[in-house]
Amino acid sequence: MSETASAGPGAARGLEVRDLVVRYAATGPAAVDGVSLAVADGVLALLGPSGCGKSSLLRAVAGLEPVAGGDVRWDGASVVEVPVHRRGFGLLFQDGQLFPHRDVGGNVAYGLEGPGDARPSRATRRARVAELLELVGLAGFADRSVATLSGGERQRVALARALAPRPRLLLLDEPLSALDQGLRERLAEDLRAALAATGTAAVLVTHDQDEAAAVADRVAVMSAGRLLQVGTPTELWRSPAGPEVAAFLGFEAVVPRAVLGAGDAATVALAPGALVVASSGAGTTDGRVVRVRARRGRTEVLVSVQGLGVVTAAAPVGWTGSVGSSVPLVVDPDRVVPVGARSATG
Amino acid sequence: MTLREETAAPPLPVGVPSASPPAGVPAARARAARRGPAQGRGPRPSLAQVLGWTVAVLVPLVVLGMFFAWPVVATVTRGFVADGALDLSGFGDVFARPRTWRVIRQTLLQASVATVVAVGLGVPGAYVLHRCRFPGRDLVRALVTVPFVLPTVVVGVAFRSLLVEGGPLGFLGWDGSLAGIVAALVFFNYAVVVRTVGGTWAQLDERPAQAARSLGASPGRVLRTVTLPALAPAIASAASLVFLFCATSFGTVLVLGGLRHGTVETEIWIQTVQLLDLRAAAVLSVVQLVLVASVLLVAGRLRARRERALPLGTRRASERVLRLRRVPGTPRGEGRGGDVAAVVVTALTVVALAVPLVNLVVRSLRVGEGWGLAHYRALARRADGMPVSVLDATVTSVRAALDATVLALVVGVLVALVLSRRPRAAVGRRAVSVLDAVVMLPLGVSAVTVGLGFLLALHRPFGLDLDLRTSPLLVPVAQAVVAVPLVVRTVLPVLRSVDPRLPQVAATLGAGPGRVLRTVDGALAARAGGLAVGFALAASLGEFGATSFVARADAPTLPVMVYRLIGRPGAESYGQALAASVLLAVLTAVVIAACERLRAPGTVSDW
Repeated sequence: MSETASAGPGAARGLEVRDLVVRYAATGPAAVDGVSLAVADGVLALLGPSGCGKSSLLRAVAGLEPVAGGDVRWDGASVVEVPVHRRGFGLLFQDGQLFPHRDVGGNVAYGLEGPGDARPSRATRRARVAELLELVGLAGFADRSVATLSGGERQRVALARALAPRPRLLLLDEPLSALDQGLRERLAEDLRAALAATGTAAVLVTHDQDEAAAVADRVAVMSAGRLLQVGTPTELWRSPAGPEVAAFLGFEAVVPRAVLGAGDAATVALAPGALVVASSGAGTTDGRVVRVRARRGRTEVLVSVQGLGVVTAAAPVGWTGSVGSSVPLVVDPDRVVPVGARSATG
Repeated sequence: MTLREETAAPPLPVGVPSASPPAGVPAARARAARRGPAQGRGPRPSLAQVLGWTVAVLVPLVVLGMFFAWPVVATVTRGFVADGALDLSGFGDVFARPRTWRVIRQTLLQASVATVVAVGLGVPGAYVLHRCRFPGRDLVRALVTVPFVLPTVVVGVAFRSLLVEGGPLGFLGWDGSLAGIVAALVFFNYAVVVRTVGGTWAQLDERPAQAARSLGASPGRVLRTVTLPALAPAIASAASLVFLFCATSFGTVLVLGGLRHGTVETEIWIQTVQLLDLRAAAVLSVVQLVLVASVLLVAGRLRARRERALPLGTRRASERVLRLRRVPGTPRGEGRGGDVAAVVVTALTVVALAVPLVNLVVRSLRVGEGWGLAHYRALARRADGMPVSVLDATVTSVRAALDATVLALVVGVLVALVLSRRPRAAVGRRAVSVLDAVVMLPLGVSAVTVGLGFLLALHRPFGLDLDLRTSPLLVPVAQAVVAVPLVVRTVLPVLRSVDPRLPQVAATLGAGPGRVLRTVDGALAARAGGLAVGFALAASLGEFGATSFVARADAPTLPVMVYRLIGRPGAESYGQALAASVLLAVLTAVVIAACERLRAPGTVSDW
């Protein structure tokens, strides 16, 4: 869609969400409470715990939920009143939602069969279907019944179907959550590759930080309907905006730096393994061993530290210690990050 | 909250007031979503959309209003109003007759006994035919279903030829007795219990029963304390349906019971056609309306409870291979005694179901002292005192049934489409639920009431100098009114089971509302379409209650013809009645079988 008269001087390219509010009831808290963000290209992940409003935000952008306040714009023009099927925003659900009465090829071709002059010829459609099935690694599946597909294959078909009409934006609603771990990691890579190959801008909703980091160029962390922080994965993990973001990103404790023995009063967050059991006798602090466990072949020690609570400490190879004993700990500075010192966002 | 809940919460399946929210949706959120006129901006429906849905709502309302609501209102009015003033003397008069109380008692007694027997036989049948696996099961299931799709007149004739003096079971002395009628009603309704209860049983999660066993319960105690309580809503729902079908049974009772064992239904007919007391008939119709409405209310409640109680195990996983002897390596005392009892009961029932059918065919071939096709050949000739030949009546029937099916499909599919919508606005949702209740009414109101209503309402309709009562269109219209609820109940569950996100996906792929309706909802509903056509066609072909009021004397339908023939003395007429019954039964069975083949797997119908 070309820019229209309503595109003001500050009009952004691509998707722009301004102060968006989504409500399911006239009273009560809003599911999305004044969120603003922009996506021009690349993939933006909306990361947040269940019920934080990320799916509602996505559905409002798609046109599936009414907008109670704020605006959704594309290239500077509001699309709030544009019907879902004219927005050109593709959508991929968690469980694919393939049409059960169409075969794989029929599903992928659905978005190419619209009425009007824009409808490509039969041969073109068939070529496009083949091209997309090839892209998602399902070449030759066109005549298969969707009932015979595995969970991963279904999601691949759904992805091919969503990409076929060349959407200007792809909305991905937890597309990998229904799959098991190994498949999820492999499909995340394939998803990223497919989006890059087609040059499609996308918004990915997920509650899985690894998935967000693997697929997205930028990550937006949401909680209780509000946007807490937007940044690249690196920025996010290097400098979470607050204790809530830090906790959601997997940091174990948020404390003044002074607690770690030396330093100022600035707040820092500790990633798992920020403390290491000292191999020599001296440590900067002491902890009491709560539990010793093995994780992927490495030894982890849950230690209780004064002022920190229970955190995970890394142990050197071959370390043995008994529960209840006191161990010296040193700080791994790479795993301690400042909190609240906001870096560039957006 | 998972993603599924987030996306499923807003478009609740509204319009079903009794439906529970999808599993997992927090109650507060569900309530909010149901209440919520979530004010906000968004795309507005186009003019074409508004017009289309308006037509879709108006067409069924006008058709059902004219040919159902109005006749029923005319009937009720006739009972309450005389010379323009409220007058309850008609009620006093009718209720002062001992005959009235006798038919009411008779109706309740017949329906109660038949319901108890049908449930008693049907529950073991449901277990054997739906929970167990054995070779030939599908065949037995199909055989069990046959009686339910047979026209009621045919059932009556089949039992009469069985129980009549000189018939194979004449020695029982059941001809024209309560026992004979109850047997016929059970024959007709056994499949209702088997399919309703069996559908639930087949999906019942086996793990609670296994947990009970590991806690020390014997197979008998598990059945009593775990399995039957889980099935109770389904059994109650089936029982109320059977009671409804029995209490409104007309053709079967009329053929078997004659005047001695009349029910409210047959009494309405006798008062109208033989005694010409329209007022008494109208009063009895009101009685029947109250009776049916009460049963429907109970049935609706039980149905809702059953739907809430359902989401169970997966289909295949719960079935088990039927073994009557212990296989080495399995423990003793696994309740095989119960299995044996259920199998014996079911086997005897299946044989008992086959006897009347086989007997009907055999008897129709009996000519004098020998055998032959004379009765069938006579179907093409007009008998003395009859306006047309049976073959002509068959042509009339088929034509009327085709017209009725087209009308019922148009109205029924429109209704199902509208009822499957999930409007966002509270007003829209309320409108859908009201329409839902309105179109289900014809299912409950007896066909005889519809027929009588036609007679009362369509004479000088709206004060016009017209008499629609002799219009040949009346028969298909009456049949369509009776068939519409069948169509709705076949198509609607399929439409309602479409995941709300499927149309949403189609929209994001660029499909407009019309194309979504056609390529998603429509394409999926078409799978149930074949079955809907079959039900509508079969119901119209065999329709007797309403048709017996409105069929013109010179153009009877096949069921009406059968009834006339069986009522005439003489071996000739009797033989012809049997042959005509076989013809009607075969026609119906062929229609159902053909349409059942068109049905896509996974669309299970529930009566």
